[in-house]
Amino acid sequence: MKIFKDPHLKTKIRKFMFGMNFVDGFIYKFIIMTLLISFSYIYLYPVLFMTVNSLMSVDDLINPGVKWIPTSLEIENYRRAIQVLELPGSVLTTTTYVLKVSISVTLSSAIIGYGFARFRFPLKNVLFVLMLATFILPSQVTMVANMVIFKNLSLMSTQKAMIYPAILGQGVNAAIYILIFYQFFKTIPTVLMESAEVDGASQFKIFTNIAVPLAIPSFLIVFLFSFVWYWNETFITSLYVGSRITLPLKLQAFRASYETLFPPGTFGSELNEAIMLAGNMLTILPLLVLYFVAQRYFVESIDRTGITGE
Amino acid sequence: MKKLMNRLNQGWLAFKEFYRLKVSVIFEKIGHALTHNFVVRKQGLTLVLFSFLKIKITRRRREAFYGYMFTLLWIFGYLIFTLYPMFYSLYLSFNEAYYSLETGVATTFIGFTNYLNIFRSQTLLPLFATYIGKMVISVPLIVVFSIMIAVLINNPIKLKGLWRTIFFLPVVISTGPIITELNNQNATSIPSLQDSSLILFISENLGPWIANPVEAILTSMLLILWYAGIPILIFLAGLQKVDGAIYEAASIDGASPWDRFWKITLPSIQPLISVSVIYIVVTMSLFVESGGILDLARSHMLVGAPDSNFWFGYGFAAAIAWVYFILMVIIMGIFILILRARREK
Repeated sequence: MKIFKDPHLKTKIRKFMFGMNFVDGFIYKFIIMTLLISFSYIYLYPVLFMTVNSLMSVDDLINPGVKWIPTSLEIENYRRAIQVLELPGSVLTTTTYVLKVSISVTLSSAIIGYGFARFRFPLKNVLFVLMLATFILPSQVTMVANMVIFKNLSLMSTQKAMIYPAILGQGVNAAIYILIFYQFFKTIPTVLMESAEVDGASQFKIFTNIAVPLAIPSFLIVFLFSFVWYWNETFITSLYVGSRITLPLKLQAFRASYETLFPPGTFGSELNEAIMLAGNMLTILPLLVLYFVAQRYFVESIDRTGITGE
Repeated sequence: MKKLMNRLNQGWLAFKEFYRLKVSVIFEKIGHALTHNFVVRKQGLTLVLFSFLKIKITRRRREAFYGYMFTLLWIFGYLIFTLYPMFYSLYLSFNEAYYSLETGVATTFIGFTNYLNIFRSQTLLPLFATYIGKMVISVPLIVVFSIMIAVLINNPIKLKGLWRTIFFLPVVISTGPIITELNNQNATSIPSLQDSSLILFISENLGPWIANPVEAILTSMLLILWYAGIPILIFLAGLQKVDGAIYEAASIDGASPWDRFWKITLPSIQPLISVSVIYIVVTMSLFVESGGILDLARSHMLVGAPDSNFWFGYGFAAAIAWVYFILMVIIMGIFILILRARREK
């Protein structure tokens, strides 16, 4: 009973609850944590939903009493989805295709960003604004003419139709990548370059020997982003390269491929949502792994673009 | 072994002789041509073009030359894959254009018919209307939401990295087919919101013109919030640049956290709002949903038979894309104008 006789109990409780100036008190922290947890539940809900439902059997899917914990784990769903998506092979083809495109877009935007950041030349500002404006230009505006161009160059339905624009700095979201490199190369002190120039290094050598080694974090960020965005790109890829080249595109045609593999009518082979969701999970799994491995670089990206104003 | 070495040595000698007599001569000639040709020549610090145009090589000019060299890739790409296609598709949108194997694209000029057809279309016009409604409602929603989250994460809390990871996750995994599938499965709405009587109330009292966009937003609430990934990071980066001393000074003067948010936090991240509005409008507009406007543009381009009444070929597709693009820019412009007007006040 000694606690209740403590004369400072009231102030202690108040201090614990409200802190020195409310912000460091328990109530404030509790409210913030509650809000954050509920918002992140909203965010993770689709992912959780996908994970859980992809493991459900047909009975569980129909049963309204089963929501989060399936009565039995149906690995069969994944086995079928793997079969439909032709998995080990298609991950490899998707990865090689996406690697080709994203590496070329990374290298080209490094060169272009360096050019914009390091040199002064007439019309530079006009070109830079035009470069940024390409970000808001939908690829649908240019798709008709681009298709004709690719047809004339006989690049249609080949991966070159994506690689050539990427090399020339017109890839998906290339403006952002160029901006990231531009901001980075601006921060390198010019004294460094000038001293190399005095020592007789050519501009190209300065770029490869001084600028590139310093910019490796930017390279990583841009590479990761372009990898993810090219992986997720379905509209242009299906238009220029082919309708079943990448994993997401295979997912788009999931229903059709499933029906050819497991013809309707045979017992127990009906396509259900669980199998679809298993396909979805398998498609995003490589990206999820990549994201959790390299999470730091993704989150740092915005600081690197410098749009928050330095 | 010795024989082999001998053979190799002889081969090397032969190669050396060949290089000296044949290859290096060619290089010499190229070098000679570079310094002694008619078109371009370098004499000390002047560049001589056609032997009468003399250009002095200054530091400034050299810098400009290298600048163009490094950006040449982009300039070429812009001309080939962006500028020319833009004008070409503008031209096509005033034409009836079909592709045939023999002649390439066959065009006949029809003036504004393609654009008029868009406004006559029973399927396209409502789509444009819902697009505008969706933008007008969801863009402010995303901005408010992302500011809220950014402010929450910016507090001194534990596991800051984890929260950022969670809120950035959708940027990595959201792709067309997956979102379509989630939509089909009804996994994109917050269950309690969707079943609420709010929608019923709105549609009964205010009519479908406002109830439809509201319902569309409520049923795809999660997807809309998924667009907040990058804006959250933008605001967070902005918040971290605010000087902590200002907050301290304000709290000494007796400002509550509420006051501090409105008087310090919000004004300091206000310039970033327009950046994120641009980002949100672009990403939301460029997302291709099946049955959406962009999808229709593609199907008008690719699928269908030229003799069908419902197929208008390349010209119509180009016109759809242009109308969409212009609408997008207008929406963006209106948002930015509103923001600027508020700031000036």
